[in-house]
Amino acid sequence: MSEITRYNYFRLFLEKIPILLLIISVLNEFDFNYLNLKYFSFNFPFILIYYWSLKRSGSLGYGLIFLSGLINDAVVGLPIGISALAYLLICGFSAYLRNITLRPNLIKDWFFFGFTILVVNSIMYATVNLFFDIKILYPNVLVNILFTFLFYAIFSNIFDYYQKLTFGGTNA
Amino acid sequence: MQASSRDDFIIAIRSAFIKKENKQKFSLIALIILTLIILTLGKFNFKIVDYLKVSLKEVAYRSSFVVSIPENLVVKMYNSTKEHFFVYEENARLKEELNNQLSKNYNSEYIISENTRLKEVIDNINYTSDDVLAKVLIDKQSPFLKSIIVNKGSRDDIKLGMAAMDGEYLVGKVVDVSFSTSRVLLLSDLNSKIPVDIIPQNIQSILSGTGESHGTIQYTQEQIFIDEESKVFTSGAGEIFKPGIPIGELEENKDQANLKVKFFSDFSQLRFVILSNYKMEEN
Repeated sequence: MSEITRYNYFRLFLEKIPILLLIISVLNEFDFNYLNLKYFSFNFPFILIYYWSLKRSGSLGYGLIFLSGLINDAVVGLPIGISALAYLLICGFSAYLRNITLRPNLIKDWFFFGFTILVVNSIMYATVNLFFDIKILYPNVLVNILFTFLFYAIFSNIFDYYQKLTFGGTNA
Repeated sequence: MQASSRDDFIIAIRSAFIKKENKQKFSLIALIILTLIILTLGKFNFKIVDYLKVSLKEVAYRSSFVVSIPENLVVKMYNSTKEHFFVYEENARLKEELNNQLSKNYNSEYIISENTRLKEVIDNINYTSDDVLAKVLIDKQSPFLKSIIVNKGSRDDIKLGMAAMDGEYLVGKVVDVSFSTSRVLLLSDLNSKIPVDIIPQNIQSILSGTGESHGTIQYTQEQIFIDEESKVFTSGAGEIFKPGIPIGELEENKDQANLKVKFFSDFSQLRFVILSNYKMEEN
């Protein structure tokens, strides 16, 4: 009996891993800057939010995504609300894709992700630049978008594997 | 046919943004509107949003410090391992540098005492400062913003615009103050602009951040030729900082139009900074 309860707790913990990853990634901002790779950066929360909103929308609540956006702004130093807006727009795009897709496949998801982050980043940085008068290095933003786009395929496979392991491959 | 596909598009959009989904407590559009309200009120510095910002920052900075501990340990190990590989080369270079500095020190001691004496003679202005030592909590320098969070805030008398120093060197200024934490905008940030003197030519200019690890000199007259290895100090113009705080030196350059400044301090290695509030005192 106690083993079953322990198993349930472990399963519950596994189900909460996307939430934990999101909170840790916005608080920690994995940047790999210490490797001194010039221009290298990618936006892990974008990948995480898009994937889990698309494949298992119940895993990450919109309220939690909104809150993590606010935390991200506080940590990075952007105007409060700008990342929350970006994250929620990503949720909207992925929910739209989920509604119109009958047979999901990685390539379609991947290219739609590319389109999504282009639009969302454009809105985000146009607002920061025009509304809040903060200067931004556009080459860095473009490289960030490119790496985020490329890394989606890798993380998507890792998350697929994790999903099969935890939920038995069923989409919610 | 066209009308049908447009209807499908509208239905999908409505379903994605407006309808509250299963297992979701909030609808997406409600949260987006809330975010837009926060952004707009934040732009116009509404009190409620300011309180929200301050409390959020207090929680986020402390939590971020705790969450970053494992990564910081890995980074520390990585850096110390890297340093071990270059320890012999570094030792030889430092010995040579120490010899040079010792000879310079004797000269500068004499110049400082002479300067103080002359200031007294011409009834000039002296500067005093209130210094606060602060620990760096977060140094996540994102590719877009170069800033650090320190563990001193308004309760420790930290004020906007205070200079942040790494030993004797200027590294940035305080741009945001919360109750127990503050944000220091580093000189390397694209939005940083500091009035400087270039010595020995004694040229006044503006040092601008580039978003990378170096700065750049702006607004000098085209005709003026600036030597390589000239030193950059704060000029004291605009009464932001006291004059003469060392910042960096000009890098070797053939293109006089693009003068790069190598900072004396390594911003990626900041553990503690001194926050200084300079006051002018007339003799």
